[in-house]
Amino acid sequence: MSVAVLPVLRRHRTPVLLALVLLAALAALASVVVGAKQVPVTDVWGALFHPSGSEEDIVVRSLRLPRTGFGLLAGVALGVAGALAQGHTRNPLADPGLLGVTQGAAFAMVLGIFTLGVTGLNTYIWFGFAGALLASLLVFALGGAGRGGATPLTLALAGAAVTALLHGLISGLVLIDQQAMDTYRFWQAGALAGRDAGLLPQLLPFVLAGLVLAMVNAPGLNALALGEDVARSLGHRIRLTRAIGITAITLLTGAAVAACGALAFLGLIVPHLARALSGPDHRWLLPFAGLLGAALLLAADVVGRIVARPGELEVGIMLALIGGPFFVALVRRRKVVRL
Amino acid sequence: MRLLGGSAGSTAPKAAAGPAGARTLRTAHVSFRVRPRSVLVVLAGLVLLALFMALDIGRGDFPIGVGEVFRALLGAPENHFVVMELRLPRALTGALVGAALGLAGALTQAISRNALASPDTLGITAGASVTVVAAMVATGSAAGGAGGALASIGIPLAALAGGLVGGLAVYLLAWRNGLDGYRLILVGIGVTGVAANVKWWLFTLGDVNDAGRAMAWITGSLNARGWEHVRPLALALAVLVPLVLIGAFTLGALRLGDDPARALGLRVDRDRSLLILAAIALASIATAAAGPVEFVGLAAPQIALRLSGTARPPLVGSLVIGAVLTVGADLIARTAFGAVELPVGVVTAVLGAPFLLYLLVRSRRKAAL
Repeated sequence: MSVAVLPVLRRHRTPVLLALVLLAALAALASVVVGAKQVPVTDVWGALFHPSGSEEDIVVRSLRLPRTGFGLLAGVALGVAGALAQGHTRNPLADPGLLGVTQGAAFAMVLGIFTLGVTGLNTYIWFGFAGALLASLLVFALGGAGRGGATPLTLALAGAAVTALLHGLISGLVLIDQQAMDTYRFWQAGALAGRDAGLLPQLLPFVLAGLVLAMVNAPGLNALALGEDVARSLGHRIRLTRAIGITAITLLTGAAVAACGALAFLGLIVPHLARALSGPDHRWLLPFAGLLGAALLLAADVVGRIVARPGELEVGIMLALIGGPFFVALVRRRKVVRL
Repeated sequence: MRLLGGSAGSTAPKAAAGPAGARTLRTAHVSFRVRPRSVLVVLAGLVLLALFMALDIGRGDFPIGVGEVFRALLGAPENHFVVMELRLPRALTGALVGAALGLAGALTQAISRNALASPDTLGITAGASVTVVAAMVATGSAAGGAGGALASIGIPLAALAGGLVGGLAVYLLAWRNGLDGYRLILVGIGVTGVAANVKWWLFTLGDVNDAGRAMAWITGSLNARGWEHVRPLALALAVLVPLVLIGAFTLGALRLGDDPARALGLRVDRDRSLLILAAIALASIATAAAGPVEFVGLAAPQIALRLSGTARPPLVGSLVIGAVLTVGADLIARTAFGAVELPVGVVTAVLGAPFLLYLLVRSRRKAAL
């Protein structure tokens, strides 16, 4: 893209939105079609709509479809949550895990394994979700406890401190407990494969609720970008706006990281990429970030399956190897929009 | 801090009381302001540092009282070997590493004007981790193993090279018609993300035992540090710290933004570059000596800022607080769990985070960076 294209795109946001929908759909299609076992597109179609019980059908329906579903869910959730986190803290270094959500989930899982001997993905996912909720409550309470209430700076610092504290505690626990270490290692890397398809409908309500809250939050977030005093004088209730935003971040990030692991890099870069396309208006930025997050995550997952045939490279690694250089190139061309 | 030169008329140092209890000291060529509260924070920090170091030296399998520690340090023959050869180098390494990270963090945060920035976000830690994990996997037990002198020299050198390359990569990629704090942070995110994931990928290649050793290194540890670690560290700090403190008089004006700083006569890009390069060098050297000790670079400047009540992270204060935090964390890491010795990097966050949170909750005014 040349330098002149982006501002033009920012004036025509509906076509760009449709293009992003198409991009995410293409990535999802590729995720169903591409893999270690070659399945022609026609057979994929058959497997989806007229299953006959063949080997191809089983591969597509029980492995690739859930995997694609988790990719869509986590990509949308982390993209939107990242945009919200950067908007609320007004800090380009903010990621969805900044408010303690990710490490809260990890700490609850590790603690569950260490003290109660929890095993099995389906059980400790709910431990992770509960930990995410508690950690973000703690950050919000601590960040808002000072005289000035919850400002972007106190939220960011309280989140960073709680995250570091939990990370230190996790490091201590996994040094003692080999089994917790093993689970944590794989969780930290992040993966879409091998998840139980039954979890998708269980997590979906949380993500949907988070997305609704995020869109409700968008006008308030736009006003907050002008500064708290201006926002207040425009009739916005600052505390309520912050509370809605943090609830949305927690629901989205909690569901995504409990199911698919940390994947921190996605929520960090996607909002910057989306902001380059949408401009700073959160009503557009949030959907852009969600679609771009899903497309990028699924694309990284597909490329990870191709480059290391017949094995795979983890999606988190592929994401950084593809997304990192692309992101640096974009930043160097001055195409990012400042917070 | 005054930017313009000293008042020409007065030759003898004289002090005048400024607002908020600050005093302005003037000599013929320079004038600077001294805030009593900042000085108090530095002095209290130094006292605490001495106490922590004495406790750190005293505790262990062979306990020595604080008084005896000081006597041994002053040259008494008893306990000389244990104090001077075994425990003092470790405590000194901790203090110097903490000081370097605290100062590097203060510089990074002041220049990027971002409270979440630290040497970790400049690609230094991630770069050093990549080269060290690569070196450990490549020379590991599967490849015949490199032990002894090669390991004790090679690993710090690999870390130094990796940290410098990572930091310089961020610096060079962020440079485009000048250096901008915002771009520096974003490029740092990208480079750190790539390097961190290359590190995790390298982890999966190696033998389990090598991965374990590498894991211990990337958590940051002061275990078995001797004079061979202290000397290069002390030499580097002796050169860099005075240079930074002299060069940092531009920080106050740089904080105003590019255009006001230029209007005040600064060469913005050059001044910012020199300070960032100094921060990269300080953090790389610290990481080479002890591994990436987490959270010190982020927390020390923020704690120092809140304790001394300044508008931006105070450099000397951050340096002292960084040293106190690291030595205090090492004291806990060595002694709190009996025979199990934790890496210091695990404890710095557990010790520093609650204190930073307490300062945040207690703060009576909106702090800004």
